[in-house]
Amino acid sequence: MITPTPWEHAAQALIAFAIDPGALGGIWLRARSGPVRDRFLVALTEALPTQKLSPLADDEQLYGGLDVTATLATLKPVFTTGLITRGGVCVTPMAERIPAELAGRLGAALDSHSLSLVALDEGTEDEGLPAALQDRLAIHLDLDALSFRDCPQIDLSDIKAARARLSTVEIPPETIRHITLLAVQMGITSLRAPVHTLRVARALTAMHGDDETALHWAIRLCLAPRMLTPPPMEDDEQPEDSSPDQQQDNDGDDTNKQQSQTDEDLMLEAAKAILPKDLLASLATFDMNNAASTSGSKSGAKRSGNRRGRRLPSRKGRASSSNRIDLLATLRTAAPWQAPRRKARPKDPRRILIEPSDIHIKRTQDVSDRAIIFAVDASGSTALARLAEAKGAIEILLAEAYSRRDHVALISFRGEGAELLLPPTRSIVQTKRRLAALPGGGGTPLAAGLKTAYEVLDQAARKGMAPTLVILTDGVANIALDGEAGRGKAGEDALEIAKALRIQNAPIILIDTARRQQPLAKDLSNALAARYVPMPRADARRMAGAVSEALT
Amino acid sequence: MKHAFPFSAIVGQDEMKRALILTAIDPSIGGVLVFGDRGTGKSTAVRALAALLPTISAVENCPYNCTGKAPESCPHCMAKLPKSQAKSGKSKVKPANRVVKVPTPVIDLPLGATEDRVVGALDVERALTEGKKVFEPGLLARANRGYLYIDEANLLEDHLVDLLLDVAQSGENLVEREGLSIRHDAKFVLVGSGNPEEGELRPQLLDRFGLSVDVASPTDLDERVEVIKRRDAFDRDSAAFIAEWKAQDDALRKKIIAGQKNVSKVTTPEDILRDCAQLCIALGSDGLRGELTLLRTARAHAAFEGRSEITREDILAIATSALRHRLRRDPLDDAGSTARVERIIADVFA
Repeated sequence: MITPTPWEHAAQALIAFAIDPGALGGIWLRARSGPVRDRFLVALTEALPTQKLSPLADDEQLYGGLDVTATLATLKPVFTTGLITRGGVCVTPMAERIPAELAGRLGAALDSHSLSLVALDEGTEDEGLPAALQDRLAIHLDLDALSFRDCPQIDLSDIKAARARLSTVEIPPETIRHITLLAVQMGITSLRAPVHTLRVARALTAMHGDDETALHWAIRLCLAPRMLTPPPMEDDEQPEDSSPDQQQDNDGDDTNKQQSQTDEDLMLEAAKAILPKDLLASLATFDMNNAASTSGSKSGAKRSGNRRGRRLPSRKGRASSSNRIDLLATLRTAAPWQAPRRKARPKDPRRILIEPSDIHIKRTQDVSDRAIIFAVDASGSTALARLAEAKGAIEILLAEAYSRRDHVALISFRGEGAELLLPPTRSIVQTKRRLAALPGGGGTPLAAGLKTAYEVLDQAARKGMAPTLVILTDGVANIALDGEAGRGKAGEDALEIAKALRIQNAPIILIDTARRQQPLAKDLSNALAARYVPMPRADARRMAGAVSEALT
Repeated sequence: MKHAFPFSAIVGQDEMKRALILTAIDPSIGGVLVFGDRGTGKSTAVRALAALLPTISAVENCPYNCTGKAPESCPHCMAKLPKSQAKSGKSKVKPANRVVKVPTPVIDLPLGATEDRVVGALDVERALTEGKKVFEPGLLARANRGYLYIDEANLLEDHLVDLLLDVAQSGENLVEREGLSIRHDAKFVLVGSGNPEEGELRPQLLDRFGLSVDVASPTDLDERVEVIKRRDAFDRDSAAFIAEWKAQDDALRKKIIAGQKNVSKVTTPEDILRDCAQLCIALGSDGLRGELTLLRTARAHAAFEGRSEITREDILAIATSALRHRLRRDPLDDAGSTARVERIIADVFA
């Protein structure tokens, strides 16, 4: 069988979805907005009636509710219907922005088959559709690499007939077994994947009449994109690899769970003694003016919402389900107008005459979640022994982060470049696992590490978190941003990016892991306007010194 | 949802199913925490519960699902009583408070639900249009005498989790806001599910759940195939599938009803009490919640199995679920708490 093009994938995906939208749950479509995606969406709207669902939709838009403004104007309760109540196919642009709350609600609606979702994900590698939804959408498509020329119109003429045939399609039990086995071999733990594959196979059999072809397509559309490990080669359905990397974060690599506990405990003990207590907590009091004075856009630290946190004065506003009406303020505003309004409308049965313009809503100031980003220098110069201590130090900080329910992200840089090992998460288990598996050695691409840190920090801030950066390095850079070796250029690059980081105005701690303190780390710390903490050598004498210092 | 997947048709996941059934027999066991991978049937099991559980008698259309036996304690039925009766507190039920059989409520609590929606709040609609101060009951009221289910409980906002556990423990929801003062029964079993990869529940909340269950994808191929086959059959013709499993569901329901009747009669031998205490001491669990839950769950298990006395088998069957989350836990400890609990149980009962 000739390898089909991604667009042929898309065409089959659309056909299957159009035949049985409810059961398939939907399509996770990763593509930039552009003519290719538009062509797909036009075909989709031809096949099925769709409605738009904003990634920021509130409960009122989802479930409907009382339209307070209209109710007040007409004096009769006016209700709106919601997208989930109505059901059908929803198209969500910028699906990577769907917050966990919305994902939860959509997940429940998808489970009941009353709603299906086409999630348009424009996210970069690190952000993406919430895992709860990825799992529930049958088809995963990636159209990013396509050019418009390669995308002919999709033929949707036989959909109706195929829909009618759907209920008569029989899938033999051996096929079910085959799909299940293949999913296991591909390392897909979720049982939703084989169920979806089966549903797609059924829909496509109804279309093509040939269950062999349908099965091939179903495997390509549902299983291949979720693959974590390639199945044994003797299988002719072995689908070509279509970037399975992005899935790895979800279903987890539980295999490397078991590791020797003892060395780590030792490291932990060693590091415990040398780190000042409550380092992270002390950041709360960290003087922000110490950092760069540029105002910079900081959407993270404080958000003015109206649900949680400290109360702010209430303000005029429209009533909706996501707002809470401040009854007292509303009445207070309405009070002086009662006499004139009564005069104007003597027959009104209401005892208090309230108009939409009186409505005040409650506001609160919410301190947002903190995200602690660890950037770990795992290069050879942070000699291996120091790396172990650095890991130990991070573990202590992790325990602190855990008790404060902070998000944690992990970046390592060594050899050629930096790697985001873990995007911000609350799962300490996962962080620790990644940390333990962190290898050391190679050059020090400090600039690349700082650049990745910058990106993660920026993204976290955009998501409304308050990021804090913890850098563990000796400050000795020898790989420049473009991958060239050489101290001079590498150091310059690092300082350059440090400036950009400083403008982000987030608290930064630099833990110097050098054996002997050198000016390099200190310089970097100054460029970052960071708080500088040297990690002393963990020998008994020094430890005792550090402890007694902490006691006085 | 129109049709739920039949409870008895769920393949495997015995520990989770047992935990849910035992809390139906004795709700005082407390909540159930279900942690595990995606697509392992967590939500399916909870949603299947509503169809499985025996019906309860409740006042028709009462948003609090009250029994009608004590209308003075229910804001809805109180309002329907004639004035004189309401004052004297006599509990003669007016015809308006007709008692009917309703399914045990299993209420979904969506993530990000506002506190208003959960505990209830002033009914803004009626306040604005009719000028009346009326309390609009929230999800806690609707879940009374049933189950409250939170998918992804680990992502729920902390202040809501606190509130839920507090109400679940006291069995009463007290609302004092916007000039309202309402007190109503809210006796429900809290079921929380989640995926540990996405964040954990705060440790101080863990042991307020009665039972905790770890679910994993079945590793046996035949079992997996069976899951897919049944799911497929259900998708294709849910009515026929439900009918096919009705007998099993009915039998299970009968067993639950019998268990509910007998649970108060199950006796506890002295040495079983000692076993419970010994287990908890060996685990080093704080407080006496561990022993109490162990005892209640074992009693419910004995009642479910039709025994009149708790035996060691009952303890063995449920100890892991009742104790797994009570270990004094180092958040950074990788070793599975299940393995540790099982080892300790084996040691104590050796």
